[in-house]
Amino acid sequence: MKPAPFDYVAPASLDEAVAALASGAGDAKVLAGGQSLVPMLALRLARPATLVDINRLPGLDAIREASGMLEIGALVRQRALERWAAARSPLFAEVLRHVAHPPIRNRGTIVGNVVHADPAAELPALLLCLEGVVVARGPRGERMIPADRFYRAPLTTALGADELATAVRFSLPPSGAGWGFAEVSRRHGDFALVGAVAVLTRNASSGALVRARLAFFGAGGTPARGLAAEQALEGHPPSAALLAEAARAAAAGLSPDADIHASAEYRQRVAATLAERTLAAAVARCGAPA
Amino acid sequence: MTRTIRVTVNGREHERVVEPRATLADLLREDLELTGTHVGCEHGVCGACTVLLDGEPVRACLMLAVQADGQRVTTIEGLAPAEGLHPIQEAFWAKHGLQCGYCTPGIIMSAHAFLRERPAPSREEIREMLAGHLCRCTGYHFIVEAIEAAARALAPPNTRTP
Repeated sequence: MKPAPFDYVAPASLDEAVAALASGAGDAKVLAGGQSLVPMLALRLARPATLVDINRLPGLDAIREASGMLEIGALVRQRALERWAAARSPLFAEVLRHVAHPPIRNRGTIVGNVVHADPAAELPALLLCLEGVVVARGPRGERMIPADRFYRAPLTTALGADELATAVRFSLPPSGAGWGFAEVSRRHGDFALVGAVAVLTRNASSGALVRARLAFFGAGGTPARGLAAEQALEGHPPSAALLAEAARAAAAGLSPDADIHASAEYRQRVAATLAERTLAAAVARCGAPA
Repeated sequence: MTRTIRVTVNGREHERVVEPRATLADLLREDLELTGTHVGCEHGVCGACTVLLDGEPVRACLMLAVQADGQRVTTIEGLAPAEGLHPIQEAFWAKHGLQCGYCTPGIIMSAHAFLRERPAPSREEIREMLAGHLCRCTGYHFIVEAIEAAARALAPPNTRTP
């Protein structure tokens, strides 16, 4: 199907873009990579009056790494971060390989994927797991929205209709941290039926887990932290029995939805299995580059 | 509301007046009459409309024509030399990598960029790339073989393996 007609503006500065969003009175949408928005326009699930195309804004295409933070500007394509990750971060490389397909990743942006807030998408869960923030610019200035307060419902976030997400920041795993990532999908590149990502840090001398982060996607209306698992793991040495118990506890706290592809019960069971696998992978990788 | 854009397609510059809601696929097929770019699902899933934007594969149905202003696009029509076929097209022909041919232009454009990055791909890598392209005729086996054959044909002569 074809999108319904809309007005199109391509501002040349951030201030102009924010002004265009504000004057859209809630009926303007930001167009960056368009890989989530254009399908919604084509299916007429979205009918904004105005599209604010930010592709010509200067200064939003940088990947910056400083003091343990990775900042990604709103125009960084998923493919660009994938190329950065190939040399720098096996965790990001593995996650990005599962985000759709190369022709989508060539246009789709990291920030767009994060703020589109599809509950089955990988990057929002990674942002939660790495305790990231969304940098939002609006008429009243700039604010930081922590990932754990960003996601409210499917495709619904704390971002205001007059705000533009200019960047996202991930806290990079500390050196020596281990990671795990797993998802079940019908085909490679499809949205996940269920997925999990974990990052663990161990005390080098005692072997106990000092920090555990686990996040799920495709297991409810928003990406979700596995807080029960994190609490069960921190302070203890990671035995196979402890990982299994922590994974079960985290999955028990999820409220997945049923749809044409999978029942809620199936998703909950798979979530427990994937949590256990990602935690075990993270333990095994502790000490390797993340 | 319309916009005037300038796009270079297959080495030729075109100036056209487009509606903002027209996609790059609409521009190519309707305005430039380059109907080799096929449109299947029109929402980014099937991969039939894949073209190269500045050398990288993208979905022509997920990009607005206005966004292609000032950019360089290559379609299936721009891949073959003036006479004959591109080696990837040749391989699809030789290995029966198509039946109805609807998905073929998109797959060939993706394969073109893929083989540039991975000149000697494994079958798993080829299948991972093909996950972004729906083919309902072939069962994919002959497409995988065609891409393997194309990789061999495109490899520099001294690195070719039988």
